[in-house]
Amino acid sequence: MQRLLLISLLLPLATYAAGADYKLTIKSHRFQPSELVIPTDQRVKLLVVNQDATPEEFDSYDLNREKIIAGNSRAIIFIGPLTSGRYVFTGEFHAATAQGAIVAK
Amino acid sequence: MFATAIIVFREVLEAAIIIGILAAATHSIPASRRWLTAGLLLGLAGSGVVAAFTDAIGSLASGIGQELFNAIVLGIAVLMLAWHNIWMSSHGAALATSAKSVGSDIRNGRSECSALLLIVGLAVLREGSETVLFLYGISALDIHGQSSMMLSGIAGMLGGAAVGYMIYAGLLRIPMRLFFTATGVLVLLLAAGMASQAAHFLIQADLLPSLTAPLWDTSAVLPENKLPGMLLHSLIGYDSRPAGMQIIFYLTALIAISIGMKLARSPRQSTLHK
Repeated sequence: MQRLLLISLLLPLATYAAGADYKLTIKSHRFQPSELVIPTDQRVKLLVVNQDATPEEFDSYDLNREKIIAGNSRAIIFIGPLTSGRYVFTGEFHAATAQGAIVAK
Repeated sequence: MFATAIIVFREVLEAAIIIGILAAATHSIPASRRWLTAGLLLGLAGSGVVAAFTDAIGSLASGIGQELFNAIVLGIAVLMLAWHNIWMSSHGAALATSAKSVGSDIRNGRSECSALLLIVGLAVLREGSETVLFLYGISALDIHGQSSMMLSGIAGMLGGAAVGYMIYAGLLRIPMRLFFTATGVLVLLLAAGMASQAAHFLIQADLLPSLTAPLWDTSAVLPENKLPGMLLHSLIGYDSRPAGMQIIFYLTALIAISIGMKLARSPRQSTLHK
């Protein structure tokens, strides 16, 4: 019974990482890759992995998105559907270095 | 360094504006000060807790826990603001004109004050937890100029609080005849703006369709990262690139609360006409 409970608690963690379409990594307060190309007119599931010990806020006025990612953890952000163009995002907590863009083609 | 002040300013601004408007709106309820302060303190304590559990909250519900948390907090705040405005429509005028003759229940406004506590507590909780995380990030950095960043964080905090106070003081200067209408409209727009923000988080979590996003783009004229856009965002829920669904939430809240206020007001008006 306890084991079942444990498995059911871990299940969401396992599934949300698996279903992501694209992945961004935050390391030393920088996004890798700093530019991500995605298709237009499609809802995209983005996995953001924060490898820094400090929290970061994925922030984008262009995409109308804001999400905090705790230190050493991961988060899912849904983006789009977008028309073609360049959409800038920043890591608001370290905006001097954490810069990136999503390019919809 | 200046960026630090702006980030903290923006987080504090939203809560400060809500507190400023509500403090003015409930000025005539003697007990309201205590409840507002209690809400502020509870919210501050709560933001520390939420910040500490960011990771746990975030990984709930397959990774959309943070969006759900924000949407629920905003949803409760919208309901409480609605309740507050409807309550003020039926008792506000009585409070202002004959504070001594109204019943002690209304004068103490017990149910109204618990709504106040919740609204302020939740506003501080949401914005405060982000500020705590941000400042924690700075304090964890091992860089030169860390203390000056902290100082500029404090400057941002004071700036936000100052705007809230200016709104409070400005509202109290409005003649009594217009006062309840003015505060009523402001609270109504606050609630509608929060409903739109709740929709924003549900779209981000992929729980709601965006229904044309963006519906319009005014980011070139009135960007949200400059002061006027920032103020309008906190005051009336301005969004430079809103999704269609956000507008539906905004208008629904606006219309539903207006009808509630009208219904609460009408019994007294009909007795006046007799």
